[in-house]
Amino acid sequence: MLQQTFKKPENWSMYWKETMRQMNSIGIGSLVIVAIISIFIGAVTAVQFSYQMAGSLIPRYYIGYIVRDMTIIELAPTFSCMVLAGKVGSSLASEIGGMRQKEHIDAMEIMGVNTTAYLIQPKIIAALVVIPMLVCIGAFISIVGGYLASVPTGIFTHGEYVQGLRSFFIPYNVTMMFVKAFTFSFILTTVSCYQGYYVKGGSIELGNASTQAVVYSNILILLSDYVIAMMMAV
Amino acid sequence: MIRVEHIFKTFGTQEVLKDVSCDFAKGKTNLIIGRSGAGKTVLLKILIGLIPPTDGKVFYGDQDFYQLNKKQTRELRMQIGMLFQGSALFDFMNVEENIRFPLDMFTKMTPKEKKLRVDYCLERVSLAGNNHKFPSELSGGMQKRVGIARAISLNPKYLFCDEPNSGLDPKTSILIDKLIYDITKENNIITVINTHDMNSVMEIGENILFLDDGRLEWNGTKEEVLDTENTALQGFIFASPFLQRMKKMAQGN
Repeated sequence: MLQQTFKKPENWSMYWKETMRQMNSIGIGSLVIVAIISIFIGAVTAVQFSYQMAGSLIPRYYIGYIVRDMTIIELAPTFSCMVLAGKVGSSLASEIGGMRQKEHIDAMEIMGVNTTAYLIQPKIIAALVVIPMLVCIGAFISIVGGYLASVPTGIFTHGEYVQGLRSFFIPYNVTMMFVKAFTFSFILTTVSCYQGYYVKGGSIELGNASTQAVVYSNILILLSDYVIAMMMAV
Repeated sequence: MIRVEHIFKTFGTQEVLKDVSCDFAKGKTNLIIGRSGAGKTVLLKILIGLIPPTDGKVFYGDQDFYQLNKKQTRELRMQIGMLFQGSALFDFMNVEENIRFPLDMFTKMTPKEKKLRVDYCLERVSLAGNNHKFPSELSGGMQKRVGIARAISLNPKYLFCDEPNSGLDPKTSILIDKLIYDITKENNIITVINTHDMNSVMEIGENILFLDDGRLEWNGTKEEVLDTENTALQGFIFASPFLQRMKKMAQGN
């Protein structure tokens, strides 16, 4: 399927238009949910760590550093992509599966359209462009979330949090975040499109395909998260 | 001409088509008729390459369809127009975008030329001015007509229609039949219609193929169909008590 997907488009402008439509749907459509999740990820990380470190000799500003690095390395890419696997993945599987059931894909095939390329390629490209951006925004919001949950509530001071954020910064961690974001977005789109494209039967099967898209995407995301961590962090 | 030679199709252990051979003539409306489950849709899908046959050949002119490479298949498919049973209009596009889709994808026409072509196709199916409506805003008959407009937008050499009258009232069915018939004659194309509507058979059936239990049981014209001695075909045509009564009355006269 992937080989067919990355064949040369019949008409570049049609593919461009479809890619833009998908970018809007995946990107703008998921911004709110990513923002909500991220703010709580940051908030909970800051509160939990301040609780765990209470009474220890570790300086308090370390919490800002931990929130920043945990968010960048792990929480922003993995959490965001797992949630996006639920939101975007199920939507992609249902969209393509619905087109299969309503004979839209057959109609395009008969016209001579390479349906795997036209229906899947723009979605993969859109996801590869937009999801890393969402992850990046998510990481920023998460750090802000950590601040909002701890500084106004008096868990620690503005100075301590900012000092933590500025300490021990390794740019390589950002590279790791983007590697994860790219890998996870590729996984969640290809798995979901595959499940939708090859759906057979009626509405129950379409529902199952949608569920499987989310389940398989999440399993593969976690598996690849471990592989990337082993390759890049060990 | 489209020629089908010794087509067999099995799904698992079920034999759906059994040694079907026939021709579909140019400039004529070719109707595939038969009961539900007779293999009509499977034969139509084999003709357009959506399902490969288990055995047998399909020729478009001299070209063996299933021996063509991907590029040749795509080029041939651009000459095919298809009207689906459920119209298969893309519901995220409006009427104009649906009809323009093949033009956008495969032609280098300017936007103005495309607009003219879309307007012509819409006018041809008596839906001028409905450019910006979405499929969900159209009736079943209108959706079928938009489906026909999209099918003819690239000036196809071959037009396939799967149950064009299903779910339509008799008056709209007659309109759709007449439209398909007129388009066939105007453009001198090969039209293959899959139906079990006897009205269509009697109105536009120039070359009728009757499938029964996966076999080609009978082949003839609408003039021959009523006088056939074939019991399976008679059973299909005069299935309803009303038509049986009509037949008896006609024989009485």
